[in-house]
Amino acid sequence: MALAIETHELTKRYGTQVAVNRLTLQVPQGEIFGFLGPNGAGKTTTLLMLLGLSEPTSGTARVCGHDPTRDPLQVKRLVGYLPESVGFYEDMTGIQNLTYVARLNGIRGDGLPRKIEGLLEQVGLLGEARKRVGAYSRGMRQRLGIAEVLLKDPQVVFLDEPTLGLDPDGTQKMLDFIVGMGREKGITVFFSSHLLDQVQRVSDRVGIMLKGNLVAAGPIQELAKQKLGVDQERYTLEEIYMRYFREGVPAQS
Amino acid sequence: MHGLWAVYRKELEDHFSSTRSILLLTVIMMVGLVTAYMVGSGLRKELEGMAKPSLVFLLLFTSTGALFSLAQFIAFFGPLIGMVLGFDAINRERAARTLSKLLSQPIYRDAVINGKFLAGLTTIAIMLLAIVVLISGIGLLVLGVVPGWEEIGRMAVYLLVSIVYIGFWLALSILCSVLFRGMATSALATLALWIFFAFFMALGARLAADVIAPLPSGSSMNAEAVLQNDKVRSIVATLSPITLYSEATGIVLDPLRKTTRSLVLMGPMEQLSISRFQSPLPLFQSALIVAPHLVSLVAITVVCFGICYACFMRQEVRST
Repeated sequence: MALAIETHELTKRYGTQVAVNRLTLQVPQGEIFGFLGPNGAGKTTTLLMLLGLSEPTSGTARVCGHDPTRDPLQVKRLVGYLPESVGFYEDMTGIQNLTYVARLNGIRGDGLPRKIEGLLEQVGLLGEARKRVGAYSRGMRQRLGIAEVLLKDPQVVFLDEPTLGLDPDGTQKMLDFIVGMGREKGITVFFSSHLLDQVQRVSDRVGIMLKGNLVAAGPIQELAKQKLGVDQERYTLEEIYMRYFREGVPAQS
Repeated sequence: MHGLWAVYRKELEDHFSSTRSILLLTVIMMVGLVTAYMVGSGLRKELEGMAKPSLVFLLLFTSTGALFSLAQFIAFFGPLIGMVLGFDAINRERAARTLSKLLSQPIYRDAVINGKFLAGLTTIAIMLLAIVVLISGIGLLVLGVVPGWEEIGRMAVYLLVSIVYIGFWLALSILCSVLFRGMATSALATLALWIFFAFFMALGARLAADVIAPLPSGSSMNAEAVLQNDKVRSIVATLSPITLYSEATGIVLDPLRKTTRSLVLMGPMEQLSISRFQSPLPLFQSALIVAPHLVSLVAITVVCFGICYACFMRQEVRST
């Protein structure tokens, strides 16, 4: 199966501090990959490097077959990115915000208004489309962000903490979008989150970052077998995660 | 290219719909109208009884009415236009977290800063053109004198130089918005620079002249020393873009002025001959006098934007 994301010994240092340490990771196309780890573990830095917004200190990465450092434009054309708390132009309406992003992507023509309306309908914002984004709630912003990401028909989407600060209903909707993107549209979804039971529900595989190191990666069941030594349905991702968290980063050989 | 065009279009829309640029334009228009009217009606009285007045039209821009001439007004308050348009160009996007979103779209990174600068420059050009045309219109009404080609040419050069000059302040304020995270900080920083160039530079020039080429004390005033002193003063003073611009436009708008120096030593015979042959210079000759000024003005604008560009391209993008 073709790989959507591939990194090899990807490293980012800020001065003496190592934000991401020799990250080697592969995500096949169409997979939903949950990226876990405590705050400051280097998840966002990894995402920024994969997008070409931040230059790695060493190592290589390939997203959809392109090098984000050398060919960032090509990567950005194929990848949708939803930052941790996505920003919009507050004075503009939802439609205006999406139109601007469409223009930045070179999408134009008569079909654009219909496409934007279709996306707004998908995320349930059609009624609020002509209101200023300044008046949107957090959940609505997050959904507008999803519409914005889908606007460019991406092959891969990066979602940074998409469920952070959402109410239960909003969280459920967000998870439905993630599953929808992955299962129905065949988009590779790479998302980070703290809500472990939800990650467990939607992800095919997970990766766990601790202090810049990827300490585990694989299907949840396999990680459970390795860490907990159980082979039944009675395990939670939370137990596995806490086990890794307590053990910390293994000493480098 | 679609990226640059999209950013340019959006910024231009913002400039023309935002409350602050509308307020700014209103204030400037009002001042322009009032000055033009004052100067215009004053001029008419002066010109009464004169057989064949020439180059009257340019006097609309240069002659001081009750307070100041329009050229002085632009030299002094033009920087404010540039500042208001640029002081929050980048840091507002950063604060609203739209910068990382903007940069994760498939556009070249410099499309953002180029688009913002070009949109600001276009806004400035439109504002200035409106003011100059407005004043010319009032001039036509009040004076009843039609401008000749020579005068139209001078006004065009004046317009161009003014756009570049305000463009310098725009670039400076965008630079501050790249360097400082806080919008208030960046506004204050540009304001401080403006005050420094507008007020302290002239003071500093005089001080520097007295230190480097002191005037001899006592009664022995020798011409050499006075000239030397004035030369140093004017060199230091032209380090300020405001002086640079005032001197350049002073010559461009006034065909009778033949030098930017304020102090010229000459004997009685020279004075006599100059007063006899007081004829206007052609536009090309006027431009030649201030060619160094014009080139320096363009150069500092380009350099300032270049620094701004380099800083922006090197900056780390973090969502937080």
